[in-house]
Amino acid sequence: MTMNSTGRPTTPSGGETMSDIQTVSGSRGLMQHEDLIFETGCTNKTGVDLPAPKGLKNRLGGVARKRSTELPGLSEPETMRHYVRLSQKNYAIDLGLFPLGSCTMKHNPRLNEKVARMPGFADIHPLQPQYTVQGALELIDQLAGWLKKLTGMPAVAMSPKAGAHGEFCGMMAIRRAIIARGEIETRTRVLVPASAHGTNPATAVQCGFKVDEIKADKRGRVDMEDFKAKLETSDDIAGIMLTNPNTCGLFETDIREIAELIHQAGGYFYCDGANFNAIMGRVRPGDLGIDAMHINLHKTFSTPHGGGGPGAGPTVLSDALADYAPVPFVIHDEDGYKLVEEAEGEGEEAFGRLCAFHGQMGMFTRALTYMLSHGADGLKQAAEDAVLNANYIQARMKTVMTPAFDGYCMHEALFSDAFTADNVGTLDISKALIDEGYHPMTMYFPLVVHGAMLIEPTETESRAELDRFCDSLEAIAERAKAGDESLKGAPYLAPMRRLDETQAARKPVLRWYKPEPEKIAAE
Amino acid sequence: MRYLPLTPEDRKAMLATIGAKSVDEFYTDVPEAARLDGTIEGLPDHQGELAVERHMAALAGKNRTASEGRFFAGCGAYKHHVPATVDHIIQRSEFLTTYTPYQPEIAQGTLQSLFEFQSQVAALTAMDVANASMYDGSTACAEAAIMACRVTKRRRVVLSGGLHPHYAAATRTVCEAQGIEVVQLKPGIDDELALKDAVDDKTSCVIGQSPNVFGTVTDLSPVSEAAHEQGALMVSVFTETVSLGMVTPPGEMGADIAVGEGQSIGNPLNFGGPYVGLFATTKKNMRQMPGRLCGETEDADGQRGFVLTLSTREQHIRRDKATSNICTNAGLCTLAFTAHMTLLGDKGLTQLAELNHEAACQLADALEGVDGVEILSPRFFNEFAFRVPGNAEAVLAQLDEKDVIGGVRASRLFPGKGMDDVIIACATECTTEDDIAAYAQALKEVL
Amino acid sequence: MTEQFTQQVTFYTEDHEWVTVHGDMATVGITKYAAEQLGDVVFVETPEVGKTVKKGDDLAVVESVKAASDVYAPMSGEVVDTNGELADAPEKVNEHPESEGWFCVIKFSDGAETEGLMDKDAYFEFCKGEA
Repeated sequence: MTMNSTGRPTTPSGGETMSDIQTVSGSRGLMQHEDLIFETGCTNKTGVDLPAPKGLKNRLGGVARKRSTELPGLSEPETMRHYVRLSQKNYAIDLGLFPLGSCTMKHNPRLNEKVARMPGFADIHPLQPQYTVQGALELIDQLAGWLKKLTGMPAVAMSPKAGAHGEFCGMMAIRRAIIARGEIETRTRVLVPASAHGTNPATAVQCGFKVDEIKADKRGRVDMEDFKAKLETSDDIAGIMLTNPNTCGLFETDIREIAELIHQAGGYFYCDGANFNAIMGRVRPGDLGIDAMHINLHKTFSTPHGGGGPGAGPTVLSDALADYAPVPFVIHDEDGYKLVEEAEGEGEEAFGRLCAFHGQMGMFTRALTYMLSHGADGLKQAAEDAVLNANYIQARMKTVMTPAFDGYCMHEALFSDAFTADNVGTLDISKALIDEGYHPMTMYFPLVVHGAMLIEPTETESRAELDRFCDSLEAIAERAKAGDESLKGAPYLAPMRRLDETQAARKPVLRWYKPEPEKIAAE
Repeated sequence: MRYLPLTPEDRKAMLATIGAKSVDEFYTDVPEAARLDGTIEGLPDHQGELAVERHMAALAGKNRTASEGRFFAGCGAYKHHVPATVDHIIQRSEFLTTYTPYQPEIAQGTLQSLFEFQSQVAALTAMDVANASMYDGSTACAEAAIMACRVTKRRRVVLSGGLHPHYAAATRTVCEAQGIEVVQLKPGIDDELALKDAVDDKTSCVIGQSPNVFGTVTDLSPVSEAAHEQGALMVSVFTETVSLGMVTPPGEMGADIAVGEGQSIGNPLNFGGPYVGLFATTKKNMRQMPGRLCGETEDADGQRGFVLTLSTREQHIRRDKATSNICTNAGLCTLAFTAHMTLLGDKGLTQLAELNHEAACQLADALEGVDGVEILSPRFFNEFAFRVPGNAEAVLAQLDEKDVIGGVRASRLFPGKGMDDVIIACATECTTEDDIAAYAQALKEVL
Repeated sequence: MTEQFTQQVTFYTEDHEWVTVHGDMATVGITKYAAEQLGDVVFVETPEVGKTVKKGDDLAVVESVKAASDVYAPMSGEVVDTNGELADAPEKVNEHPESEGWFCVIKFSDGAETEGLMDKDAYFEFCKGEA
């Protein structure tokens, strides 16, 4: 069997329990207990006032619902309270530093939200006649212009709905280019570094390629010897997927050589743009020799993460791939803006379609608002401040924690768990940060560093906030070094203690079920 | 630069702590030939809120909104009323500015709302389990196709002629890359049952839609039976979630996978995105589902709580063996959906569905009264196809001059398929009797 | 070839699997060491009965909360039985990895494939080297 033992403890163990004051309600002061809507609502209650239907004869032709949906309803005040109470159990950027490495949790400006809600953007239909939505098409074109200039690339596909969707877009364009060369039967191998985000190998396989893993060297970069060895037979090379700056928070120093060699081998260069925040305005990916790169608007360009989405992943393309961009795309002529919606005529070379309609318009409005606010000068300053903040944390923490690699980092600082005592680890440090009022850093990623802790502060943190965070982390790291057993019970002060992930996975309960009658009677 | 808290003094002091002379030192790993001097040409410098808002408002002002004039477009995106409460809830900082709930101790708000969302979607579709959402309905449809291939270990997918053509195209794109054969049945306004005859023992799944892109509702049970006889799965698609308040849900028609677009509940039109893809299946196939899943468990003190679970299916664990490369869900759009559905409840949803259906029935009656108009959808929920004498594109353009966006022409969705005289029109609770009368009158004048 | 194991013998692989052969049947599972390394096992995907495998093929998947590991066929043959109880009680793999936590039985085609597998002592030494 494969021996993937990266598992961390997934059942709570150790530490003390909080056996202090118990309340009747289950609430703890401002932290209020909240039941499921299925336990508090009922099917004949509703929080909307709709006019009574007229009772016309229906035209469903018998295809009618015969049983109740059993969906619970709540009145408006109850609904509001339910969600506000739930919201108070969440940590958020607006509450404090959110140092999740590779996630770029920066401030989400509220002007973005205001603009996205302008009726001229929010209340337009994707299939309205195109002459009634010229402003929307112009906006897509303007945002595309910014992305092309910032990356130094000639083309961009706007419809991918998230980072991984952008990867799929880029790799499909590469696939189509290989088909056009008549080599799809042979060029099937995609090189992916061991440190890559999991979406990269998953995407390559979704596009019909095989993954060949490249080692990382001692400096946390692509091992050039291993890379060159993989290219010795190159007839089957489709390309490489590489994150830059990489997931160790480091710039790939040999990136231009990598590009040159992969092109010589007849392959294409996909760059994962998740970490573009470190270099925008300082380096253009187009000058590095890449062929495709997605840009996470929800990371670099401040659209909200919203508890896991929605994202947006426009994908810039080189001249070699530009023709294969998926439909729809916007073109511009003397009559104005036009959408090419079908893979024929102007869209003849398109590799296909990624989704219904035209991409994440609600994210485009926010991202363009952010770009205009920052301007070329501000975006460059933002990148520099992001890198400065990360290096400041690295400098302050390197005396207590173990930096994974020597030298300066880019926008995120990576540490291993080498400094901790045997009985405590990365998970315990992360959970102890929760008690200090912070969201933990990214833990156990990238896989190439043992017990990895990846800290990305972003540019929107003040020096005072960074110092407070470092003070907390320093104290926790000292306790970890000394093997303080109480760390294993953390968090103690959060809305919940450690949760039993083993139980959740062994006996999955993925929805609410109505309790069985005998059970209710027994209670 | 209002989003940047560091002052020049801070930067200087921090560089001193680090022991670097300037930030340029951090970029020395960048190959010299690729280092930029100054700012990127051709882009403006930073601007204040007022200037930016003016720029964006000018762009917004060039679009005609669905609330101006009479509006009847549907086909996968629907104009509904969103309660004010919903938009307030999704703008709570704690929901808006948080990440995927990977640290469950401080993410119970997001997790509990996802658990409730999954429960609502499962109830609505009459399926066993639902995931925490996909990007949108079309990508959910594509994922359903490849999931069916994993479950059945077969490599052929059959798409109905009433499946939204964008959904069909997105599915074809995903399947093509994996060498899965896609059989597309010819466009048909009332032809979902043709799937029955297209399924064979090589078929992994058939994908049908009800209400379909022409608005026609169909009992897909005979298709499910035919599919199951051949060992294939039935994938049932819907683009209008409100319909489930009235029509037979996928689970009661024998669907193995139900996918749909959830935009109608809680989410504005947004020119096509972001939306929220719904994905539900049977307990038997639960572990083959793509996307995030939230499950119930307990914490160290024995309190009920929720966590993301069964994540070994996903890309961050399985990497090249993952069920999907998907890494995002629709997050905030999911929250908007679940909050709006909580306000509605069964009672509100049923009533909303009835209002939609009655508006569409009234519209159909009114348009049928116009000479030369023929209603083509024999059974429908809130949209239907109809034939006009002449070219639909020209008719719609003339209607627009009378302030009526009369629907979507079928030839935009099915170019070159002989549907130049077909319009698909939609009515919702937002449609007034006045709107309907105005449409009929305008159409009379145009024809 | 198939009748050489008149007595029950247990072998170990470098992939941390155990295989107990008796007659022409081989029962397969993962070792105690592997179960401990994986942490709490939450799901086991056993092969379908009737599946033919070659030595080294993917045979099963064992999942903890945070890892999914492939289990390879230690011998070639046909899968004739699987441990159905693991579906509802995957914890058996942690509790009794080398007895009740068995995965499946292969009717093997070539007894010589046990050559090169380790006995208990050799495996014990091998694990010391891994740690």
